[in-house]
Amino acid sequence: MASETTLTAIPTGVVGKQAPGIWGFNGSQLIALLVLVAALALAPFFLYPVFVMKLLCFALFACAFNLLIGYVGLMSFGHAAYFGMGGYIAGHAAKVMGLTPEISIIAGGLVGAGLGVIGGWLAIRRQGIYFAMITMALAQMVYFFCVQAPFTGGEDGIQAIPRGKLFGVISLESDMAMYWVVAVVFLFGFMAIHRIIHSPFGQVMKAIRENEPRATSLGYRTDDYKLVAFILSCGLAGVAGATKTLVFGIATLTDVHFSMSGEVVLMTLVGGLGTIFGPVVGAAVVVGMQNYLAELGAWVTVIQGGIFVACVLAFRRGIIGELGNWFKVKL
Amino acid sequence: MLDLIEAYLGVPAPLLFGQLLLGLINGAFYAMLSLGLAVIFGLLNIINFTHGAQFMMGAFAAWMLLAMGTNNDAGLGIGYLLMFPLFWLVDAMTLKYQVSRQMRALAFGVVLLLFLPGLMVSLPGIGPLASVIATTLDLPTRIAAVLAWVFPNGLGYWAALPLCALLVGVNGVVLERVFISRLYKLDHLYGLLLTLGLGLIIEGIYRNKFGSSGLPYRIPAELQGAWDLGFMFMPIYRGWVVVAALIFCLATWLIIEKTRLGAYLRAATERAELVQAFGINVPRMITLTYGAGVALAAVAGVLAAPIYSVNPQMGSNLIIVVFAVVVIGGMGSILGSIVTGFGLGIVEGLTKVYYPEASATVIFVIMAIVLLARPAGLFGRA
Repeated sequence: MASETTLTAIPTGVVGKQAPGIWGFNGSQLIALLVLVAALALAPFFLYPVFVMKLLCFALFACAFNLLIGYVGLMSFGHAAYFGMGGYIAGHAAKVMGLTPEISIIAGGLVGAGLGVIGGWLAIRRQGIYFAMITMALAQMVYFFCVQAPFTGGEDGIQAIPRGKLFGVISLESDMAMYWVVAVVFLFGFMAIHRIIHSPFGQVMKAIRENEPRATSLGYRTDDYKLVAFILSCGLAGVAGATKTLVFGIATLTDVHFSMSGEVVLMTLVGGLGTIFGPVVGAAVVVGMQNYLAELGAWVTVIQGGIFVACVLAFRRGIIGELGNWFKVKL
Repeated sequence: MLDLIEAYLGVPAPLLFGQLLLGLINGAFYAMLSLGLAVIFGLLNIINFTHGAQFMMGAFAAWMLLAMGTNNDAGLGIGYLLMFPLFWLVDAMTLKYQVSRQMRALAFGVVLLLFLPGLMVSLPGIGPLASVIATTLDLPTRIAAVLAWVFPNGLGYWAALPLCALLVGVNGVVLERVFISRLYKLDHLYGLLLTLGLGLIIEGIYRNKFGSSGLPYRIPAELQGAWDLGFMFMPIYRGWVVVAALIFCLATWLIIEKTRLGAYLRAATERAELVQAFGINVPRMITLTYGAGVALAAVAGVLAAPIYSVNPQMGSNLIIVVFAVVVIGGMGSILGSIVTGFGLGIVEGLTKVYYPEASATVIFVIMAIVLLARPAGLFGRA
């Protein structure tokens, strides 16, 4: 049965009209980018830096996830596997192998991408909800692997991971030093995703999202494009997980668990699927909610479920999508 | 004879048969749950992520029916579950007599008023007097009191089987009417996200009310004890679970393949518009199909209650494996999902005997292999 509305329908009339901007950003996006950078620069002076770092790690994770769902139309329900595995690898590299933080983060990203090669290769054989179920099952397999494998420390996880010295020189033990590293990693990931979306490769991705048979008929090997997009997304998710591990000095099963996969879907949905800034805002909302509503305990699950239901029934464009629609700009 | 088998298999026979039985029981739950998912997917085109929560609700409903004479929370739970038939009644009646939107909203508001006071009691900062008034006015509290008075010993296992299917099934019907039916014209993935959210809500509520430690449910007196089969002792209840699951699965298959109702169902799965044009109420059929799939999950939950401890996570742990089972079997065939469910349960049991480290992952590995060899699934159509 053909679906009448695609998952990431961009409202007609929103696209176009704007003057071509710089680096593929249009006018409104440039303003939003400036606001984002300013917020990044000022946030640690007003908010608890560790909280902002956590937020940025999840924002990068959500952006990586959005690269798949928002621009290729692939709903991965197992992104926690790549996020969590990136974290474990970075923790192992920093603690056991004594590598510097930048190498640990790169290692986390590479392993995330490597897992993505296998997961993507299997999952792109099916589409739609089957894709979602396959990614979810594969992630559950990674979870059970992490429960049993010796290097992950099972239920205890890897604890007391040192932040180390950046390039072997600058100590990151102070929160502010670590903050600037996280901010740079986040901005790098954010700009990389923006660059991917606006490359010719990104145009093909969007073509697949809109109409895959047509992209095939134009001569594109859509499976190859989907696989590369999946690997890129997983690699960036791995980078996000690795960074989070270094910030908190701990890698645990929570980060590979299915509920984390659900959370990143929630962040992206709340912010706006297929918008560049949406996942960042969504991550801020969800992480902030968990932080400030922590005393509610198990009710947080109920609230999260309620947000899912509300978003799907009434609020499908997400916060940024609705804002963009309201001001007739593309964010 | 047994020695020969043991020499041939390389493991003690009781261990092998014990794990085979455990595998069969797991397989029974895989089969019942994936069957429900397949029936729902066939007609509604959504993957019901709430299925695990509904399985859990079935087990909890059985526990609540048994404990409602002594445990106030249990009676209250039944009271709240009984609110859903009211909603359905109001929905059906207002649709049948075509009342105006305002009257419909008013009727729903009245039903809400019946159990809102009880919810307000749990709000922080409510005074003692207001609390007493609210408890007095609350319908579920009244129902719980009446139930405790009529059934001081609660309702046992045999009553629970049909009652839980009914209670949870009607709950599913209301979910379909209120939420899911709004999504049929959208991308299927929205249905997945919505049911995921509903599952989170249900699980969170149960965890808040009953904790996550798990509640015991005793095996009914008729099914206690074990049979000596010569090569192993088989607990009667475990044998019953396998047989009962087979009966439920085959009954579902018979209904779908051999009855007129099943013929309508299969026709609507193929071409819903055409079936509607012949004068069959397809929207109502969709609603009832969802309810039936949910009821099947609830029955599986009741069967599971004496085996696993009744806890809010029991469904979400199972459902991801069931998704893998569904991918392996493909959702095209009813009989296929039954066979795949039982088969994978047995494979899992055998893995526990020969290579225990892989027992948690073996189904996912099989899924990967099947995806490579037959992407549409063993019984699926491309």
